[in-house]
Amino acid sequence: MRYLPLTEADRRSMLATIGVDSVDALFRDVPEGARLPGPIPGLPNHMGELQVERHLSRLSTKNLTAGCVPFFLGAGAYKHHVPASVDQILLRGEFLTSYTPYQPEVSQGTLQYLFEFQTQVALLTGMDVANASMYDGATGTAEAVLMANRITKRNKAILSGGLHPHYREVTQTTCGVMGMDIQAQTPDPAGKEDLAGLVDDQTACVVVQTPSLFGHLSDFTALCTAAHAKGALVIVVVTEVVSLGLLTPPGQMGADIVVCEGQSIGNALNFGGPYVGLFATREKFVRQMPGRLCGQTVDAEGKRGFVLTLSTREQHIRREKATSNICTNSGLCALAFTIHLSLLGEEGFSRLARINHANAVLLAEKLAGLKGVEVLNDSFFNEFTVKLPKKAAKVVEKLAKQQILAGVPVSRLYPAEDGLEKLLLVACTETNTESDMDALVRGLEEVL
Amino acid sequence: MSMNNQGRPTTPHAASASETAGTFTGNRALMQEEALIFELDNPGVVGVDLPEPATTKTKLGGVKARGRIGLPDLAEPQVVRHFTRLSQKNFGIDSTMYPLGSCTMKHNPRLNEKMARLPGFSDIHPLQPESTVQGALELIDQLAHWLKTLTGMPAVAMSPGAGAHGELCGLMAIHAALEARGEGHRKRVLVPESAHGTNPATAAFCGFSVDTIPAEDNGRVSVEAVKAKLGPDVACIMLTNPNTCGLFEPQIKEIADAVHEAGGYFYCDGANYNAIVGRVRPADLGVDAMHINLHKTFSTPHGGGGPGSGPVVLSAALAPFAPLPYVVHGEDGFRLVEHAADAEGKPFGRLKTFHGQMGMFVRALSYILSHGADGLRQVATDAVLNANYVLASLQDVMSAPFGGPCMHEALFDDGFLKGTGVTPLDFAKAMIDEGFHPMTMYFPLVVHGALLVEPTETESKSTLDQFIATLRHLAEKAKAGDAAFFQAAPRLTPRRRLDETAAARKPILRWTPPAQPVQAQAAE
Amino acid sequence: MTIRFTKDHEWIKLEGDVATVGITDYAQHALGDVVFVEVPEAGKALSQGKDAAVVESVKAASEVYAPVDGTVTEGNAALADEPALVNTDPTGKGWFFKMTLSNPSQLDALMDEEAYKSYVEGL
Repeated sequence: MRYLPLTEADRRSMLATIGVDSVDALFRDVPEGARLPGPIPGLPNHMGELQVERHLSRLSTKNLTAGCVPFFLGAGAYKHHVPASVDQILLRGEFLTSYTPYQPEVSQGTLQYLFEFQTQVALLTGMDVANASMYDGATGTAEAVLMANRITKRNKAILSGGLHPHYREVTQTTCGVMGMDIQAQTPDPAGKEDLAGLVDDQTACVVVQTPSLFGHLSDFTALCTAAHAKGALVIVVVTEVVSLGLLTPPGQMGADIVVCEGQSIGNALNFGGPYVGLFATREKFVRQMPGRLCGQTVDAEGKRGFVLTLSTREQHIRREKATSNICTNSGLCALAFTIHLSLLGEEGFSRLARINHANAVLLAEKLAGLKGVEVLNDSFFNEFTVKLPKKAAKVVEKLAKQQILAGVPVSRLYPAEDGLEKLLLVACTETNTESDMDALVRGLEEVL
Repeated sequence: MSMNNQGRPTTPHAASASETAGTFTGNRALMQEEALIFELDNPGVVGVDLPEPATTKTKLGGVKARGRIGLPDLAEPQVVRHFTRLSQKNFGIDSTMYPLGSCTMKHNPRLNEKMARLPGFSDIHPLQPESTVQGALELIDQLAHWLKTLTGMPAVAMSPGAGAHGELCGLMAIHAALEARGEGHRKRVLVPESAHGTNPATAAFCGFSVDTIPAEDNGRVSVEAVKAKLGPDVACIMLTNPNTCGLFEPQIKEIADAVHEAGGYFYCDGANYNAIVGRVRPADLGVDAMHINLHKTFSTPHGGGGPGSGPVVLSAALAPFAPLPYVVHGEDGFRLVEHAADAEGKPFGRLKTFHGQMGMFVRALSYILSHGADGLRQVATDAVLNANYVLASLQDVMSAPFGGPCMHEALFDDGFLKGTGVTPLDFAKAMIDEGFHPMTMYFPLVVHGALLVEPTETESKSTLDQFIATLRHLAEKAKAGDAAFFQAAPRLTPRRRLDETAAARKPILRWTPPAQPVQAQAAE
Repeated sequence: MTIRFTKDHEWIKLEGDVATVGITDYAQHALGDVVFVEVPEAGKALSQGKDAAVVESVKAASEVYAPVDGTVTEGNAALADEPALVNTDPTGKGWFFKMTLSNPSQLDALMDEEAYKSYVEGL
C-alpha cells in the first residue's frame, strides 16, 4: 500500500517495544463478537493509482460538463471563470494539509488570510464584521435566524417568497426543531411582495433575498426601517455574490445580518459542494455570532500577528451554551474566495459584475423576442425568470438532449406549486458567449 | 461560578527581539514578513483581464449601482507572491508530523485532488437534469455503498457538511423518530464528560437538555453509570468510540443494549473511526447513527479548517427519517429524491443548499478505492500500532493516566511537569521550535493538562523515533528545571507567542484604512 | 456589614438593604485574564444557585451564580470597558452586580471569610 510507510519489520519491532505478540492484543477491549478476523467481506482490495484514475475518470465522463455546452443554470450556484493561479495556490501543502489554526505561531498563513477574508466580506456586504465562513449559504441563513432569536429573544421569523426554497427548507428544518415559528411566504415570481406589514412585536427577523430566486432586485431600506421600528432584525441573503460588485450592498440598506453564498468567487460548481457561506453583521452583535473569528493582536516582541478570538462563543469551550455547534467550516473555499477576489481587485470585481449584467441584459432581450416567451423581470442582475408556453422541465430535458443546458425549471424547486411549471430561471455570466445565447434561442425556437 | 480547568496563560512573557538576529528588512531568509493584501494596493493594475461589457444598457429597476468597495488592486504576480509567502508561515501534514489528537491529520493523497478536479465532477451544476449527471449520482451511490458496508449499517445520509453537521443530522433523525413514536417528551441526552464540545452543543441546538455522565477512573464509561441516568425521558446517548481518551469502550455493547431497553437511541460520534475502520463494524456494537468525518478517516484535506464532510450511517429504525435529498436507483438509472412528497419514508427536512460535499465524496472514494478492504484494515492497524508505540516509548518520562494499550491516540497528562513551572502549553511551544506541530492540549477535560497525541498511520517508524526522542529530551529538560526556556518558546517561528488576552479584550476583526489626513479630505 | 462566600467562589456583601456580588480572588486567579463580563440588568429576578452573570477568559467561559434569591438593582457598567478590573480588584471595583434580598436568612448558610479560606485551602 503506497500510503503506508511501516514495513513488516517495523511492525514487529514496534510490537516488541510495546510488549505484545500481535496487533490483535491492542484491540482486546473490542467485544469478541465484533472483532472481524480479516478484511470486511464483499469489498474489493486495494488498487493502484492508474486503476483508481481509470475507474473515476469513467464515472466522470458519464456527466455532461457545463464548460462543454451552452450553459444557463443558476438558482444558487453559478458558473464563473476562476483564474488558474487560485487553484495552484490553494494546492500548496501548507494551506491544503493544515488544520484549524489552534497554534497561532505556526498558522500565521491561515490566520492572515482569514483576517483578509473577513475584511473582504465586510467590505462587499457593507457590514462591520464577518466571520471566518459557514458551510454554505443555506446553513448560514439558518444560523442567522437563530442568532436573531438570541438577540431579540423572539420566536417568529418571516421568510420572503423570493428566498431560495432550499434556504427556506434548511431554515425550517434547523430552526423548527428549536421550536421557532417559521412563517414562509408563498413563492413570489412577480417580485411584488411587501413584507413590512407582516412584522409585529413578536417578530425576531425578516429574511429577504436580493437578487431574489426569480432574479428581482430590491432595495430593502424601507423594510429595514419598518422592521427596526418593531424591534425586529432584517437578514439579507445574497446567493450570487458577484452582484455585490454592482449593486448597493445590504449594509447600506440597514441590514442587521447579511448571508451570502460565496461559491461564485474562486469555487467551481462541484455539483453543489463544497461551497462557502459568508456571514456578516453589525459590531454590536458580534458576541452572538456563530462560527470562528480571527482577530489581530501582537506577539511577545510586539509584532502584529493574528489569532482565533472570541472563542468562548464556540462549542469547544461553551459546549451546550455555544452560539452554534459548527467546528470545521469552509476554510479552503474561503481561501479560494480570497485569492480570486484579490486577483480581481476593485476594478476587476466591478467589471466582472458589469459584464455579467450586460450579458444577462443581452440574453433577456433575445429571449423576449421569441414568440410565446415572456421575461417576468423589470429588474435583475445576471439571472431572470422567463415564462414559456410549455412546461419548463420538459423543455429543459429536450434541450439537454441537444447538448444545451437551458436553465433551472422552477418546478424542480417547487414541484407542488401550480402556476409555476412554465417558469424557467435563466442565468448568464461572463462565461456565456453570444453564440451560446444564440444557440439557446435557436434551441428554444425548435422545441417550443 | 462554574469552574473550568481549561484556564491557561493567554498573555505571553515579554521577549526581546535581540534573541533573534535582526535584519534590515525584518525578513529572515526563507521567513518573509508580509503585509496585509489591503496594504499592498497598487492602484491602476488588475490581476484579471476582462473585456468591456457587451452593452451599457442596465436593468437595475430602482436599485442604485454601488460606489467604491475598497478592494486593493494587484497584478497576478503580486497576488501569487503574497499568498505563497503566507503559506510559508504554516505547518501542514506535508511538512511535518501533525499529531493533533482527535483530528486525524493523515496524508492527503494528491490523486484525490486530481480526481476531484476532473471537469466531469467539478464542472457540473447541482440542478442539471438527472439524465446529464448519471456519473455523479453513481459516484455518490458507490461511496454510500462503501460506507454502509464498512459500518454494517443499512442506510447513510450523505449531505451533512462536516462532523458537527452530521451530529445534527443524527440527532434530528432521532428527534423525528421519537416524534413518530409519539414519544416527543424524551428530551434528555446523555453525554459523557469526556465528549467533544460539539456533542453537547449539538444536543442543545436540537432542543435537548444535556445530562453529563462522569468518566470512571480508568477513562471509560461504565454501564452502571449509564444505567443510573436512564429513564423514560432519555432520547439518546452520544458516545464517542474509541473515546476521546483514545480508549475503546469495553462495555459499549452492554451500554447500547441498556439504552435500547430504556427506549433510547445510541448516537456514536465517529470522529475516531480511523482506529477501527475495516476491523470493527459499528453496527455490531449496537449503533443507531454515526457520522463519518471524510476529512479524518478518508483523508480529504483539512484545508486550514475545512471544508469537511460528515455522512451519517443510520440503523433501520432511523433510516426512514433521513434528510433530503438522497440518491436512489430506479429503472432509468439513478435519480435524486429532493422533495418529501417523492420520499418513501418521512425525511426530517433538508440540511444543505444542495446534495452534500461532492468534491469531498470524489476524494474519499479515491482514497477508499486506493486502499480497498485490505488496505483500510491496515490503516486502522497501523494507526493503533503507531499510537501504542508512542505511548510505550514515553510513559517512563511522561505521565500516562490510563496506561496501555490505547487505540489510535496516546493520552498523557501534565503530572510529569508537576513542580517544574512548565505548563503543557509551554511544553507544546517548545515542540514547535523542534519542528513538530503540537498535539491537542487541555482536551479531553477528564484529565488535568491533557496532551493527546494522534500520530496516524501516515508516520514512518523513523519519524516516530525522532518524535519520541524529541519529547524525551524536552521532558528531561523540563524536569531539570529550565522553565524559562520553555516559557520563551517558540523562538524560531514567524511570530513569537501571541497576546490572546489583548485580542479578546479589544477585538480587531478586520482591516480598516488608515485615517485620511485632514488636508487630503479637504482637497476632494 | 456582612460578607459571605459560596462554594462556587462568589462573594456577597450586605450593606443596608442592598448586597454587592462578585467573584473571589481564588476564582479570578483560576480563570486567568478576564476578557469579557456579562452582568444582569436592573430588575432581573435571581434565584439562589442559578445563572446570574457570565465571566469569560480567553479559553474559558463561566457562569456566575446568584448566591441568594433576590432582584438585581444594578450591574457594574465599568466591566464592559475594563473587564480586567475582575483580575486587579475582584472584591472591590471588580464587583458584578448589586441586588436586594428576598430571603436574607439564606446568607446564614453561606461561609464567612474564615470558613471560605479554609475551604479554598482544602481544594
